[in-house]
Amino acid sequence: MQLFNGGGHINHTIFWTNLSPHGGEPSGELLNQIKADFGSLENLQKQLSTASIGVQGSGWGWLGYCKNQKKLKITTCQNQDPLEATTGLIPLFGIDVWEHAYYLQYKNVRPDYVHSIWKICNWKNVDERYQSARQQ
Amino acid sequence: MIGKNLNNIVPAGRCLISKRFKHVLPDLPYDYNALEPVISAEIMQLHHQKHHATYVNNLNIAEEKTQEAIAKGDIRAAIQLSTNLKFNGGGHINHSIFWTNLCPFKDGCEPSGELLNQIKADFGSLENLQKQLSTAAIGVQGSGWAWLGYSKDLKQLKVAACPNQDPLEPTKALIPLFGIDVWEHAYYLQYKNVRPDYVNAIWKICNWKNVDERYQSAKQQ
Repeated sequence: MQLFNGGGHINHTIFWTNLSPHGGEPSGELLNQIKADFGSLENLQKQLSTASIGVQGSGWGWLGYCKNQKKLKITTCQNQDPLEATTGLIPLFGIDVWEHAYYLQYKNVRPDYVHSIWKICNWKNVDERYQSARQQ
Repeated sequence: MIGKNLNNIVPAGRCLISKRFKHVLPDLPYDYNALEPVISAEIMQLHHQKHHATYVNNLNIAEEKTQEAIAKGDIRAAIQLSTNLKFNGGGHINHSIFWTNLCPFKDGCEPSGELLNQIKADFGSLENLQKQLSTAAIGVQGSGWAWLGYSKDLKQLKVAACPNQDPLEPTKALIPLFGIDVWEHAYYLQYKNVRPDYVNAIWKICNWKNVDERYQSAKQQ
């Protein structure tokens, strides 16, 4: 019960800051890391979108930072399982794919929602989280 | 036997040895608007034509790939496909039951006879059964189903919840009698986040006749 509600609070608190009306683009060290670990921004977006669309049931797709390997990683979590507590990855950018996140607008077409959300990805916030993660 | 579902047609001169079975989307036993005002026509149409249909399509794909993997002796691939089989197979099973579990309000009835006796024996009263199943349905964390099931071993009715599309019988050894889908797509367009309102309302369209048929059949197994 604590994992569910605690995770829900953690996840949504991150999510609101991960989004903004004018998201910008990744640059500098973050962009370099993205290219190093995924080849390109496009490839990162493709992989995270695929993972998020593929979640069976309720959950989240995450871009996270692995402190041990000093690398960006993509993974998914079920329900409200919080990323760091369950995988050790530090959350940078999350995509909520619980149906309540998109159903009223996108109905069953989760892929449309996931592809659109990149337009409001707050790269400034993702970068702040990345810089902070590297210090840990 | 010729049919549009046949694959692997063997050349003339040999017997037809292989037929790939394909699952199909069952028709609803009523119109999309028949369950209003409890469940809107919009929800019924999306739920049936999009969600259930997708489970059927993906189940067929998962089965075909699994059969191919097994035929090639590729156990790793078969294991990897097993989550898709469970998810989509469960989705098809669950929704096929669900459509028959519901009926228009005007066609509804109450449980009676042996079923009612069993309900009273195992739950004290119909009201108590409804309370327990509703509580279980409301309390599902994430996506899932709550079920009234029958235990052959104990010869008892049981309330259970399953996550995602896990099918009741293969995962909990209970025969499904009545299910409540609490995936958000089942109610969100109409009830928004207020799952309890949906769960409490669904009893008005519970097809007790169908529940009784399933119960009678379960007792024979």
